[in-house]
Amino acid sequence: MVSQEEIQAAESRAGGIRSGRAPRRAALPPLVRHLLWALLAFAVVVAVSSVVDPFTNVRVATVGYLLLAAAGLTVLTGLTGQVSLGHGAFLFVGAYTVALLVTHVPSLPFWADLLIAAAVSGVAGVLTGAAAARLHGPYLAGATLALAVGLPAITQRFPDFLGGSNGLGFTVNSMPAGLDVPTTRWQAWVVWATVLLGMVVLANITSGRVGREMRAVRDDEVSAALAGIRVGRTKVLAFLVSAVCGGLAGGLQAFLLGTAAPGSFTPALSLTLLAAVVLGGVGSLWGALWGALALVALQAGAEELAHGLSLRTDVANFLPLAIFGVVLIVVVLVLPQGIHGLLRKIPLRRRKDSHVEG
Amino acid sequence: MLRVQDLATAYGPVRALDGVDLAAEAGVITAVLGANGAGKTTLLRTVSGLAAPNAGTVTFDGEDITGWAPDRIVRRGLAHVPENGGVITELTVADNLRLGGLWRARADRERTRREVLELFPPLAERLDRQAGTLSGGERQMLAIGRALMSGPRAVILDEPSLGLAPMVTARILRVLRELALTVLLVEQNARGALSVATHGYVLSLGRVVADAPAADLLDNDRLRHAYLGF
Amino acid sequence: MPDFLTLTLGGLTNGAIYAALGLALVIIYRATRVVNFAQPALALLCAYLAYSVNRATGGYWLGLLVALVAGGVLGALTERVLMRPLRRSGELAPVIATLGLLMLLQAVSGMIWSAEPKSFPYAFDFRGAFSPAAVFVVVVVLVTAGAVLALFGATTLGLRMRAAAFKPEVASLVGVKVGLMLTIGWTLAAVVGALAGVLAAPPFLSPTVLDAVFVYALTAAVLGGLENPVGTIIGGFGLGVVLSYVSGYVGPELVTLASLAILVLVLTFRPHGLFGRGVARRV
Repeated sequence: MVSQEEIQAAESRAGGIRSGRAPRRAALPPLVRHLLWALLAFAVVVAVSSVVDPFTNVRVATVGYLLLAAAGLTVLTGLTGQVSLGHGAFLFVGAYTVALLVTHVPSLPFWADLLIAAAVSGVAGVLTGAAAARLHGPYLAGATLALAVGLPAITQRFPDFLGGSNGLGFTVNSMPAGLDVPTTRWQAWVVWATVLLGMVVLANITSGRVGREMRAVRDDEVSAALAGIRVGRTKVLAFLVSAVCGGLAGGLQAFLLGTAAPGSFTPALSLTLLAAVVLGGVGSLWGALWGALALVALQAGAEELAHGLSLRTDVANFLPLAIFGVVLIVVVLVLPQGIHGLLRKIPLRRRKDSHVEG
Repeated sequence: MLRVQDLATAYGPVRALDGVDLAAEAGVITAVLGANGAGKTTLLRTVSGLAAPNAGTVTFDGEDITGWAPDRIVRRGLAHVPENGGVITELTVADNLRLGGLWRARADRERTRREVLELFPPLAERLDRQAGTLSGGERQMLAIGRALMSGPRAVILDEPSLGLAPMVTARILRVLRELALTVLLVEQNARGALSVATHGYVLSLGRVVADAPAADLLDNDRLRHAYLGF
Repeated sequence: MPDFLTLTLGGLTNGAIYAALGLALVIIYRATRVVNFAQPALALLCAYLAYSVNRATGGYWLGLLVALVAGGVLGALTERVLMRPLRRSGELAPVIATLGLLMLLQAVSGMIWSAEPKSFPYAFDFRGAFSPAAVFVVVVVLVTAGAVLALFGATTLGLRMRAAAFKPEVASLVGVKVGLMLTIGWTLAAVVGALAGVLAAPPFLSPTVLDAVFVYALTAAVLGGLENPVGTIIGGFGLGVVLSYVSGYVGPELVTLASLAILVLVLTFRPHGLFGRGVARRV
């Protein structure tokens, strides 16, 4: 009972800090501020992508789409408290939508493919959210895990249309005529431009009324309902937002790899995304950035390590997964108050220099 | 018998006990009184090992039991009946009773069980019922009976009268006195507790503010008005 | 088109495995309110150990024994090293920890035994609709479930475990060593899980072979209300049969989605499962 009082006290402290910051926030409209951040970030990406080799550019782009996917999952799990173990399913939908559009409707520009992929996965998100709105905790986790395991199998159902277990390969000619940059650099730009636009939208959503409503639902559904918040709608909205992000991320991944295959969307991918969110700090969009960076860095580090130690292929292939697992366990264990402590402390500490907070 | 010296317990920044000294003498009832939030429950939780003290000692029969795990303390003969009894509602009455003193020899347990059922006849009639179906008084009987099953030398009780009819409370308190166990009794119902107790302590904001024979506490109008509200 | 009887019998065999793995989940969920997402990886590692023993000695039974013992050790270790420090850290932390363990153990299995499927033997001849191997699976699971139920219902150890699960603080006040009960619970669950792993492994064992089985086991456990061993057993067998029909009449690639549909449908109308108590519990 006392611990609850403590939590309440901590929350009121946090509230005080929030309200104390209100005047400084009002200096610039959020949308303008978020756009400025995005422009700055894009400038950094362009600069970085111009000096690194093609291989690293692929990694830069990978950070981008993982960031968007993790940010979407942050909205779902961090803001509304719905733990999804199946976020890879939305990446699957996005990737296959892009692959099918590129293959069957080549006349469409690539940005239209991405928009349609976002819309299709948004529909998938609303359906999932509506089905999941009444599920809590382990029930929701189990249902979303089932989705992650089950959905990629439909490629076997329609092998001609969806390419079976080999998936769909394709090439996109998205580079404007006259622009002469290496393909991977162009890809990194496209990925990051899309991701940053998505992040601006996310930042605006989560720092405004909708974000407050989502946090209220996470903290206490009954109180939220009594305060006039439509709990079910808010939860479905969180699923919609995070599914659109996931779908875009999947579409970008397909664009980057030139293929959409069921093997890319295993349950391990979903768990890895959750690992990124937990590692970065649940509930903050900045956490998604740190998480995405850490995922790619760990993956790269594991590859270097496997190469350096000349490990067997089997060991090398599974090394990243093992590292993610260990990282998850260590993160949970070394923070004495667990993820909730992380959730409440780290955003507070970071709030000094953050503009998108959760 | 049971001695508490300079005991301090805090929940985070909240100091629930702030240097409490008291003693429960063998074979009699010692009452601890005080308003809500005075620290009474924390005192009992610290004595029985559910809460860890920041300072001070708890000695039982001359042995320092400070910081022991609750299951070790009850095996040593000090049973704690928590607030609202702590009956496990999902289990039957018989299973709740069976849980008490599982480490004891079978013959001893059988004997105590017969005694408990004689002491609280309503339990004997409801052995196969879920404990969740019992009335408040029956649950309190079951909780006390379960504590007795461990063959304790001392029992500490948290508000056994809470939510019970005065008749039921009187009956439970009478049984306790007849058993001639060492009893540390926490109560808000000060008049009832003092009428069966030998000695009384009054807690306020985590400190002992009065320490006197029960009869004296009953006679002291100032104290009664200030702390006990009757 | 496979015939109805074959599908039903095959479904019962698969269902027995879902029931066993589901039972492992329920034992832990009852005791700790944690769904052990690491369960499939624990079972996987044990099945691989059985595989290695099989390969080395050529004997099925020694492999099974090694798997069960390994399961118990791993379960106890998981509780002591991983879960115990997290007992007071909220709802999310233990879930994340089991997911981390899932990833780690699955990766370790893949590192040691590679991603290539390994052929894993049946206990008995598996040919025919009502093969000795199938009968063995069903009988072993039923006997195991019966033993677990008897342990919970008819022994003082089971009584202490139930008390520690329902009201840990009260249990400690009446002398129950709650921590020990949790360790025993995790050990028991992991042994049952290891059994399920060995039964699920044939004909081929690979690092992801239990992913889908775990989804079905979790569905079975949820159908049973997550706390009800009997409901989980019935849920497991029922789900096995239904999914077998889906596989036979619709297509094997839709089985997992069908399981998801069943899960969502049941929970929409019965939020605490088919056999769950109606008591609202915040999970």
